[in-house]
Amino acid sequence: MYIKAAAGISPQVSFEQILQSPASYSGNRLNCAEPDYTKLIDARMIRRMSRIIKMGVAAAKDCLQQGDVHDPGAIITGTAYGCLADTELFLSKMIENKEELLTPTAFIQSTHNTVGAQIALMLKCHNYNNTFVHRGFSFEGAMLDAITLLKENAVENILVGGVDEITDTSHELLSRFGLYKQHPGANINLYEGTSKGTIAGEGAAFFLLFNQPSGNGYAKLDGMDTLYKPSSSGEVAGFIHDFLERHNTRAEDIDLLISGENGDAHNDKGYKELKKQLFVNVATQSFKHLCGEYPTATAFALWLAANIIKTGKIPAHSKMKAPKKILIYNHYLTIHHSLYLLSAC
Amino acid sequence: MADLKRQIIAQLNLKDLKPEDIGDDQPLFVEGLGLDSIDALELIVLLQQEYKIKLASAEEGQSVFRSVRTMAQYIMEHQPKTV
Amino acid sequence: MTKPVSIAGVGVISAIGNNVQENLAALEQGKAGMTKMEYLSSAHKEKLPVAEVKMDNIALAALAGMPAYISRTALLSAIAAKEALQNAGIQSLRGLRSGFISANTVGGMDKTEDFFADFLNDSGKGRLRNLVHHECGAATELVADMLGIKNYVSTISTACSSSANAVFFAARLIKQNILDIAIAGGTDSLTKFTLNGFNTLMILDQQYCQPFDENRRGLNLGEGAGYVVLVSDKVAKALTQAPVCALSGYCNANDAYHQTASSPGGTGSYLAMKGALAQSGLKPADIDYINLHGTGTQNNDIAEGTAIKLLFEGKYPKMSSTKSFTGHTLGASGGIEAVFSVLALQHGLIYPNLRFETQMKGLPFAPETVFRKGEKIHHVLSNSFGFGGNCSSLIFSKLQA
Repeated sequence: MYIKAAAGISPQVSFEQILQSPASYSGNRLNCAEPDYTKLIDARMIRRMSRIIKMGVAAAKDCLQQGDVHDPGAIITGTAYGCLADTELFLSKMIENKEELLTPTAFIQSTHNTVGAQIALMLKCHNYNNTFVHRGFSFEGAMLDAITLLKENAVENILVGGVDEITDTSHELLSRFGLYKQHPGANINLYEGTSKGTIAGEGAAFFLLFNQPSGNGYAKLDGMDTLYKPSSSGEVAGFIHDFLERHNTRAEDIDLLISGENGDAHNDKGYKELKKQLFVNVATQSFKHLCGEYPTATAFALWLAANIIKTGKIPAHSKMKAPKKILIYNHYLTIHHSLYLLSAC
Repeated sequence: MADLKRQIIAQLNLKDLKPEDIGDDQPLFVEGLGLDSIDALELIVLLQQEYKIKLASAEEGQSVFRSVRTMAQYIMEHQPKTV
Repeated sequence: MTKPVSIAGVGVISAIGNNVQENLAALEQGKAGMTKMEYLSSAHKEKLPVAEVKMDNIALAALAGMPAYISRTALLSAIAAKEALQNAGIQSLRGLRSGFISANTVGGMDKTEDFFADFLNDSGKGRLRNLVHHECGAATELVADMLGIKNYVSTISTACSSSANAVFFAARLIKQNILDIAIAGGTDSLTKFTLNGFNTLMILDQQYCQPFDENRRGLNLGEGAGYVVLVSDKVAKALTQAPVCALSGYCNANDAYHQTASSPGGTGSYLAMKGALAQSGLKPADIDYINLHGTGTQNNDIAEGTAIKLLFEGKYPKMSSTKSFTGHTLGASGGIEAVFSVLALQHGLIYPNLRFETQMKGLPFAPETVFRKGEKIHHVLSNSFGFGGNCSSLIFSKLQA
């Protein structure tokens, strides 16, 4: 399986910016650096789109343009929260107006499949279209659908992506759950200190997957796997060990580990133990200081990994030689664990 | 009719348009302004909210919303006199 | 053509019954589930009939063996998923790679509505307990944890076609040897959010709906959950009872016409049905019964009907919309109707399309109006189409002896 194209909208303007000097933030909320959408999306479609829909559709369009694909064999999206802004708008109006005088636009744009549907509508693409909405496994669900669909030999290529947004309300509510730092420092120093909580993030990242290599692609995707609610750290280590073994890879073959620590001491404990246990001499690259924490952050991690393999440059290790094999390990709130193995193609 | 045009632009989020861009007799749907069935439903709520006029069905909207002029005429004919 | 995946059992809860037996009895007696709103609290109570599961959350929780404060969506899901496992004769999942793939459209929205009413008054207010299961995936995890399913959990949401996608995704995971057994389908409870949403689209019928009727006025919303148990050949052989049928074909296509409206020719529906036939290696004439999407809206029924006319030209299978019984259960409809399709094959049943009076003008066929038993049924097509142009068709077939 090959990643032919990768496009992302994130709190960082571009991969080049990350290499030179990542955007710095001081609050506990990292919002996307959004492009000029009018260059990517038709004005007639844009007027009804909330931010998440614009981010998703624009990232998808960018990805398709890079890969020179006009009619992907499938469009598969992962989103944990779906279209929050439209959901809140309709819900609030419904309560405030006591279920009277409501208009349909926010409701029809609030369904979780809106991003995937709008991409299909933009392309007039009648092919396979699916949306996964499973918390920290939303993007992984989309990826497994894509991988198994390609294996079924049903299609030649697939557009697959992950997208989630922060709204003022969602940030306020998730803060009440104690998810975010009360006194965050600079995002660059996210992993220092022992304070509780992380910083909120959002983003949209889309990929074109092909069964066959095409010469000018980003990377080969060797495999992906997930682990739900492990009962111990030993189970996580076993899961990673088995995954590598299945792909005939030893820990020391990994040139770079992209790992998902988010600055919360309790949350990051598992990452530290694993590094000691399995990846003692492996260079690591963290990513949540760049994109913040959110359920589909692994889509950003995959975009980062694809760019690192393609350019041979690692943001955290400017002097290291180009990596041939990258492992991404992430867990979302210690519940949803995921792995991606990529290699140079 | 300029008021009505302003309301239509606001209700439908037609950001790029100014009231004077919409002709009094220009078709609002498909080949004209390019509005669709969802916009028709939005306009039904606009009539209810701003003019206290309630359309019985979405189908009735088709003739009412042909152009800004037909809409204005319908409002004149159906607006409750007490307002 | 790909290999069929065996279906070992089914489970369902809907407005016409709390389990398979009760649903079958109501289908046979022609008893629809729509009534005046009783459990959902809404300003439209007097005006809009709905097809509610006839139990409050406390009774549902007792039946599910789960706490009553969680979302009704999760409670409905738990009841139907548990029944599906029992119905398949599976006592233990030990040693099997098991998965729970469930669909829904608004997750724990029923509880979020309660939360938001307090929160809008005062942003410091609102019980977080009502918000904690808001995400679509939360309902799936509550039920997977209760059933002890750990290897794979996933949630799909493609509006009204959601659970059809869950069923074939599960089948693909079994075919590719990723799972041994999967419970797949969907769930949705009625919420004010969806009721008001559909009301703004002016497609809710104030009377009981009349799918595929010339004078149809719209749909009635319903609620429920439906699941099928898909198993690998190895598991099928080890079971004490033979699998009831197989999923022989499936296809997902997109209408790519409009965010909510179907194209006049039903392009997406046509492609989904045609693709499912191709995958199962069947000809249109092989289909004995179509469980229609048949919502009762002007737009859906003519689009779906036109696509059927084009694909089945000359020989139309028997068909009906069981939404005339259950209402439109949104994210659950593909699951509930998959269960009804399996039962049709298993027992040789054709279900009536209730309240049908007048054949639609542009269509050369009409739906069935009486319940039939003892029919020879080998292949059933089940349609599920939704907002965003998402169209999916499933084909269930008798197992070859």
